[in-house]
Amino acid sequence: MGKLKLIIKREFFAKVKNKSFIIMTILSPLLMVGFFSLIVFLNVKNSEEVRTIAYVDDSQLLDSVFTNTASTKYVNLTALGIDEARKQAKKSYYGVLYIPKNDSLNAISKGISFYSEDAPSLSLLGDIENKLEKKIRDLKIEQLNFDVAKIKATETTVDIITENFSGEKSSKIGSILRMFAGGGFGYLIFMFIIIYGTSVMRSVIEEKTSRIIEVIISSVKPFQLMLGKILGNALAGILQFVVWMISAGLLLFIVTSLFGPEATSSGSAMGQMNPEMVQQMQQSSATDLQVALAEIKNLPILTMFFSFIFYFLGGYLIYSSIYAAIGAAVDSETDTQQFMMPVLIPLMIAIYVGFSVIENPHGPIALGFSLFPLTSPIVMLMRIPFGVPWWQIALSMALLLVTFVGIVWFAAKIYRVGILMYGKKPSYKELYKWLKY
Amino acid sequence: MGNILTVENVCKTYGNFTALNNVSISVPKGSVFGLLGPNGAGKTSLIRIINQITLPDSGTILLDGEVLQPHHVHQIGYLPEERGLYKSMKVGEQALYLAQLKGLSEAEAKKKLKYWFEKFGISDWWNKKIQELSKGMAQKVQFIVTVLHSPKLLIFDEPFSGFDPINANLIKDEILKLRDEGASIIFSTHRMESVEELCDYIALINKSNKIIDGKLHEIKQQFKTNEFEVGLVSNSKVNLLNEISSQFTVNLNKEITIDNELRLVIGLKDNETSTDLIQFLNDKAQINHFTEIIPSANDIFLKAVANNG
Repeated sequence: MGKLKLIIKREFFAKVKNKSFIIMTILSPLLMVGFFSLIVFLNVKNSEEVRTIAYVDDSQLLDSVFTNTASTKYVNLTALGIDEARKQAKKSYYGVLYIPKNDSLNAISKGISFYSEDAPSLSLLGDIENKLEKKIRDLKIEQLNFDVAKIKATETTVDIITENFSGEKSSKIGSILRMFAGGGFGYLIFMFIIIYGTSVMRSVIEEKTSRIIEVIISSVKPFQLMLGKILGNALAGILQFVVWMISAGLLLFIVTSLFGPEATSSGSAMGQMNPEMVQQMQQSSATDLQVALAEIKNLPILTMFFSFIFYFLGGYLIYSSIYAAIGAAVDSETDTQQFMMPVLIPLMIAIYVGFSVIENPHGPIALGFSLFPLTSPIVMLMRIPFGVPWWQIALSMALLLVTFVGIVWFAAKIYRVGILMYGKKPSYKELYKWLKY
Repeated sequence: MGNILTVENVCKTYGNFTALNNVSISVPKGSVFGLLGPNGAGKTSLIRIINQITLPDSGTILLDGEVLQPHHVHQIGYLPEERGLYKSMKVGEQALYLAQLKGLSEAEAKKKLKYWFEKFGISDWWNKKIQELSKGMAQKVQFIVTVLHSPKLLIFDEPFSGFDPINANLIKDEILKLRDEGASIIFSTHRMESVEELCDYIALINKSNKIIDGKLHEIKQQFKTNEFEVGLVSNSKVNLLNEISSQFTVNLNKEITIDNELRLVIGLKDNETSTDLIQFLNDKAQINHFTEIIPSANDIFLKAVANNG
């Protein structure tokens, strides 16, 4: 036990003291936050820019549409006529909107044009079109002698409330939440396996190429060395993730307090909407937030947490011992290609299957791959937020455990023989022979 | 004195390949034991079994009278032929790590390392990385790490490869010193001159079988061919040669003339003694030189392997 500790310690520090590890650990959150703040900053800058738009309303009907907002100001140049207005707009305005005079509202709506130096921003154009459409519709309603207020009162929004048979409310937001929770966990495991599995493999190859391996295994059992390596790398990985979480949280907090809370809550987009819409949005987002919070409470959080730990450990240990065996079988990293494919394929399948699992979490594909031990750590985690019968989880975990024992045994055998083999690239047939040594 | 290591009837096969076939050796305490054999004979397989890196298919191994067990690795120091150190780890850290794997506490390991580093004059390497050292320098560190935990049994596989003659001598002296302090040493090499210099006992392994073992000088006696090299001064060399040839078997291939001295290699039959030869020669000429030809370790090696062919 003492020796295993020593090995874990060495592997951990060898990894952690590595320059690229330090750079990755410190730089990644900085880069992420830097990138994020750049987007926020640009958004804020963008919404601070005020555009002044001139308009010539020959119809005299649509003037009420043009009320100033935070980011757009309107100037009425109807008195100048369109030709003069265009000249002026070219000098001092973003653009000029022309509304022709016509008895037919339909003809007016078809004849509206916008002149500007550059192609106008799509969101601005869409915004103006929206307002004009609404106004023209109101005018049409008036022409038909209907009461606009009454008609407006007929407008309804339908939001279907979904509930499962045991009476728990669910919602679209809930589904999205489940997708993110499951997908996030699954993807995290996937990344961790690939990054730290490869790191275990490199470390094994390094011991082979530097020829220290025989010195070490004259003091410790090869299995101890393999296990120590796997655990040491895992600890380094967990440290890296923890550092990322903490520093990302910290930096996000700093950014939020620098730019103000509205900067981060997509406030920039609201600047371009009229106040009425903003209010509506805020209302609905407030209720959505409540629903989301309720949904988070509804998630099987305990199950998710414990199964994450179980599948994380199981998945990582299975794959990293395969990686260790591959490292032992070859002499250099360039020789690993032929053995890497069979390892990567189940992982890739798991991620692709994951997408369909999110669509249909209880279908036969989802069930199959969440039981198959090489994909279950990823696929089952994606399913769990949607609620999985306990027997399926139990079966999947049991299969994972059995496979874990089998694969570690198998990998340890290959590792034990492989670390002392130099000079030739083994074939699968030879690996099979090694199992019998 | 007894034996530090006894290997009894050890067999090891890899698939269809037999690496060791019923090999038995005994290494007496306080000796330097040469384990010789051509490439692929099974030396490394045997050494790995002694180090418990691999297990034998059958046979027993006793270390100092006890059946070999995992904790015995602390009493063995092994310098493998394929050796190296972590390239990007600092010398001191690395030596401490390897010493602790051999069962030393951190404090003990530090104390001993300090002693050895000072002895070899390399104290200022402590914080250097192995990749900053030359191959010879790294080998010194490797040697220290091998002997640091004062093992009862030391196993050196080609210890001198990678050393220049000066450092090879330094290591040779250290090996002999360790023996004088009570350690027993197994020494595997192809360099026969170092076998002559160092080994008290040898075992020769060829094609998975042990073909010879015992004290080096006894084996030499077994392998001697009853030949003598003589140097004679005479005025009529041709006559002299004819006279000797009529009485004894002269190896004409090895005849040389140095100034007025005739050098001959003469073989004696079982019923003839060296006294007969001296008396015979003394009557004919002046004897300048007379030695029995004792085979070198190299001769024994080549002959034994050829016979085993």
